[in-house]
Amino acid sequence: MIELIEIFGTAGLWAAVLRIATPLIFGTLGALLCERAGVLNLGIEGIMTFGAMIGWLAVFNGADLWTGILVAALSGAMFGLLHAIMTVPLGLSQHVTGLGITLFAASLSYFIFRLTVPLAATPPTITPFQPLDIPFLSDLPFIGAALANQTAPTYLAIATAGLLAYILFRTPLGLAIRMTGENPHAAEAQGVNPVAVRIGCIMAGSALMAVGGAFLTLSAFNSFFPTMVQGRGWVCIALVVFASWRPGRALLGALLFALFDAYQLRLQTVVGRAIPYQLFLMVPYVLSILALVVMARRARVPQALMQPFRRGER
Amino acid sequence: MTAENPGTPVLQLTGITKRFGETLANDDISIELRQGELLALLGENGAGKTTLMSILFGHYTPDAGTVEVEGAVLPPGRPRAAIDAGVGMVHQHFSLAPNLTVLENVMTGTEGLFRLRSDTAGGRSKLLAIAERFGLAVDPDARLGDLSVGEQQRVEILKALYNDARILILDEPTAVLTNIEAANLFVILREMAAQGLSLIFISHKLNEVMAAADRVVVLRNGKVVAERATEATTKQELAELMVGRRVDRPVREPSAPGKPVLEAIAVDVTIGGATRLGGIDFTVHEGEVLGIVGVSGNGQTTLAHLVSGLVKPSAGTLRLFGSAMADGVQGLVEAGVGRIPEDRTSEGVIGELTIWENAVLERIGLQEFARWGLVDRQAARAFAARIIADFDVRGGDVDHRIRLLSGGNMQKLILGRNLDARPRLLIAAQPTRGLDEGAIAAVHTRILEARRDGTAILLISEDLDEVINLADRVQAIVKGRLSPAIAAEDADSRTLGLMMAGDWDFADKVRSHAS
Amino acid sequence: MRLERRAHRPLALVLLAPVIAVGAALAISGILIALAGAPVFEAYRQILIGAFGSRLAITETLTRTTPLILTGLAAAVAFRARLWNIGAEGQFFVGAIAVAAFGAGFASHWPAWALIPSLLVAGAIAGMLLLLVPLMLRLRFGVDEVVTTLLLNFVAVLFVSMMIEGPLRDPLAFGWPQSVPVPEEGELPRLVERSRLHVGLLIAVVIGFVIHLAQSRTVFGLKSKAVGLNPKAAVFAGVPLATTLVGVACLSGGLAGLAGAIEVMGVKGYVTTDLSPGYGYAGIIVAMLANLHPVGVIAAALFAAAMFVGADGMSRAIGIPSYIADVTVALSLLTMLVALFFTQYRIRR
Repeated sequence: MIELIEIFGTAGLWAAVLRIATPLIFGTLGALLCERAGVLNLGIEGIMTFGAMIGWLAVFNGADLWTGILVAALSGAMFGLLHAIMTVPLGLSQHVTGLGITLFAASLSYFIFRLTVPLAATPPTITPFQPLDIPFLSDLPFIGAALANQTAPTYLAIATAGLLAYILFRTPLGLAIRMTGENPHAAEAQGVNPVAVRIGCIMAGSALMAVGGAFLTLSAFNSFFPTMVQGRGWVCIALVVFASWRPGRALLGALLFALFDAYQLRLQTVVGRAIPYQLFLMVPYVLSILALVVMARRARVPQALMQPFRRGER
Repeated sequence: MTAENPGTPVLQLTGITKRFGETLANDDISIELRQGELLALLGENGAGKTTLMSILFGHYTPDAGTVEVEGAVLPPGRPRAAIDAGVGMVHQHFSLAPNLTVLENVMTGTEGLFRLRSDTAGGRSKLLAIAERFGLAVDPDARLGDLSVGEQQRVEILKALYNDARILILDEPTAVLTNIEAANLFVILREMAAQGLSLIFISHKLNEVMAAADRVVVLRNGKVVAERATEATTKQELAELMVGRRVDRPVREPSAPGKPVLEAIAVDVTIGGATRLGGIDFTVHEGEVLGIVGVSGNGQTTLAHLVSGLVKPSAGTLRLFGSAMADGVQGLVEAGVGRIPEDRTSEGVIGELTIWENAVLERIGLQEFARWGLVDRQAARAFAARIIADFDVRGGDVDHRIRLLSGGNMQKLILGRNLDARPRLLIAAQPTRGLDEGAIAAVHTRILEARRDGTAILLISEDLDEVINLADRVQAIVKGRLSPAIAAEDADSRTLGLMMAGDWDFADKVRSHAS
Repeated sequence: MRLERRAHRPLALVLLAPVIAVGAALAISGILIALAGAPVFEAYRQILIGAFGSRLAITETLTRTTPLILTGLAAAVAFRARLWNIGAEGQFFVGAIAVAAFGAGFASHWPAWALIPSLLVAGAIAGMLLLLVPLMLRLRFGVDEVVTTLLLNFVAVLFVSMMIEGPLRDPLAFGWPQSVPVPEEGELPRLVERSRLHVGLLIAVVIGFVIHLAQSRTVFGLKSKAVGLNPKAAVFAGVPLATTLVGVACLSGGLAGLAGAIEVMGVKGYVTTDLSPGYGYAGIIVAMLANLHPVGVIAAALFAAAMFVGADGMSRAIGIPSYIADVTVALSLLTMLVALFFTQYRIRR
């Protein structure tokens, strides 16, 4: 019993929390940005997969790690553009379009990967991001040990959360985005172009999602294999609701979720074979569902979420 | 700048033409607005008023024609261009976001999009200054959804003024206001005109136009049919110009009401913690029309849902034909209750289904239209065909999708599917909303016919004229409460106006000779 | 240039839409194949040969069509009522494991005429129950079922994995974990000898037609259509929203569970975690290509199966990864959405 609590005391747990949270932070912020503008982007799972593959592939072919991240972001933006063209000017079903993009992006990533990387007994690897030792931070008591083990993208994720919060709530652009998500006709009546805002947000949000995927192959692990995203994209969609569409809460939600996940992993080693490991693996998904139930009636949904904007059809 | 010269044109619309599919909404319209005047754009529903103003404001691009503001041509199709040229619009359905604050609603789009920081302090002081100047009190940090309808309209107006509008368009501004609020609004508009603004307001209410406007332009079927100074014309003339022919609305004959059919006794309705209706008392008798009149947003929708079987009373009793009212819609339909919903497109019909499917959906559980769980298509189609013939529904055949029908024809179908069965009770919620004169007359004829046949009718309406014409007794609904009933003889505009504003003492004095 | 709503949908366009969609998808995939350095027409020729070029190929394609028809129907039935069942993958798996559990349990000695229907029903019920959970969350708490059904897919697969490594483990199998096999009496008879094609195909096709009749003729069919088109108006007309959706969920979940059951009883004979190469998700694409029409689903499922089977053959012949089939099928979902859009809107200058 004591061991169950002792787990919280290990620096290893907290290091794992930050590492597990990073792709979730990027993914959740990306989905949040799309939804704040009024569009649900269910392409997230596929875009994260593609980001993971293309970032890794770029590095495998000689690019440096940050270029890999950039390539992933650009490819995410491209898929975002495809999603945006279908859901904004054409106003097609956001649900089905998103699913289609997930299936397309995922299968395309496997295709390109299999085509360009020879099949081998052990999957090829690259040298991932190394832990960033920021002198002041690593000397902090207790969390210092956890922080010392983090790579640059993790810090980038946290900074992005802050930046997105600032943009959304303190700038005219953020206000335009929020108004577009609440009432695009009102935004238009004030001279904002809701179509442009939505397209821009979907592209930027998708870029963030792809970076989250790239973190998996460029930092957390160092190789790519199919289905490695394992539903993290869907978890992010749930986390957006849990965060009530606020970037600060999205950061906290991702950390909290990662805490459960990291804890569950360590719990497995403590408990051993007494409990089937599958039950532990189920925890993240079940938690996400619970998060949705808890927040269901309370969250302030952007009012125009899921509603296509048709000029003149008020 | 022409601002100093009252009477010179500040706005010129020339040859505006706009088509939507096969409908010609605006046909070569030319209008002029002069400095410092209050111009009314008058016409019945569907005349093209809102389309014209939407083109002016840049929501739509015209197929032909130009808009000139103070001599400069306005690039079409972009609200931003209109705003920059000093045109502001107060929409009928407010362009506001309930989840954001007043200040956020006002400041959207007013600063450079890529500025690093919003100047909320500056915005707040500017907003308060404008509010002060025009007497439109407002709390910048209030969440918009928490404000009353009148307050929200004020924010709509402030938005336009914040953008330095010199020309203000108001689309049916009094649709959601009580008489008193409407009068106040026009005082404020007068003040704005005196301070140099020029205003256009859209209306279909003759009284309002005669009282408040300097000039009136009458639109009919997308064309300008007349332009008059209000001093030089009469309500009669305007009415005729508006409608184009003498369409007489049917007149109610005297009748003797029978037994009570629907009774509400001390009914409360609470939804999600909020009391929508409180202490509701009314009785509808056979062969009588009970009119419930009120400004939109005072609980009519909940009341309509209550008697239509969609909502249950949280307290009190509803009695139908003397016994407790059954739960749910199916029970009502089987008991012979006809229901006309408030919003025909979102509640009354399902656009993509065929006319026969829409005709029969409510009654599908009944023997005649289904057997062993299978739909009896033949019977259903025959039923629909009968309704189309009897109720003069034009524009489609039984197998066509219902969304192809015009609003008036859809309403006739809805009326038909309910009245064909000779219901003992008819609930009619806003039955003529959005319809033109011809369709309104048709609907009123049917309602009076049903009344003659002994149907009890509960009429919930925002249209004073309609209630005065049709109802035998009238009650007003204000903030979820019902006034006592007054008889038709005592129900004139003035009395009803007072009742709708909440003044029921007057009603009490009158009631003594009503029952 | 702007978009204008058409007054009515031209029937010719509606019928041609899937053809146009598939054509566009093939064209785009053709570009990918060309970029990969392979001859495009030859690649497609190989896909055709791989799918239909021999007796074995045809039976294999038809075998692969069977689960796709059922998951396609599951999606079509649900989407028509605007119930976003994205959980067919998970429902497939629980249907499969239900068959293994039931077949290994007290029913293990039943004769075929009793066992086969029972196993099919068990599979359907398992799928049904899995979908009812997200539906209840929607009805009771207002939680959107898209994400919950998706998340449950992962839970379901983990659950199945737990079962086949635990209580339902086949003690006689070495290597990858697999479930106890279905008793012989529970296996579906072959349709064509020395092939994998089994009676399940007929069951699936018949069900497709039955569902089409139910949707167009029954009261339930009309009510579920109304609920999908305009829930508010349907409720006003007295259609019981919750009951109708429960009915739709039972049908949809049941179909997906049935797909899993039939795949076990007809093809593999036991359950593994790779029993489904994404049939649940592919079913969504199949349903959209068919424009949610139950009989159209059969044709769309055949197309998808042909792509998957054919691509395996093409991959062996030319060396392009067989994933190109998944890419093409996914693309055809996107192109179908666009094609359907143009049946409702036209471009005006």
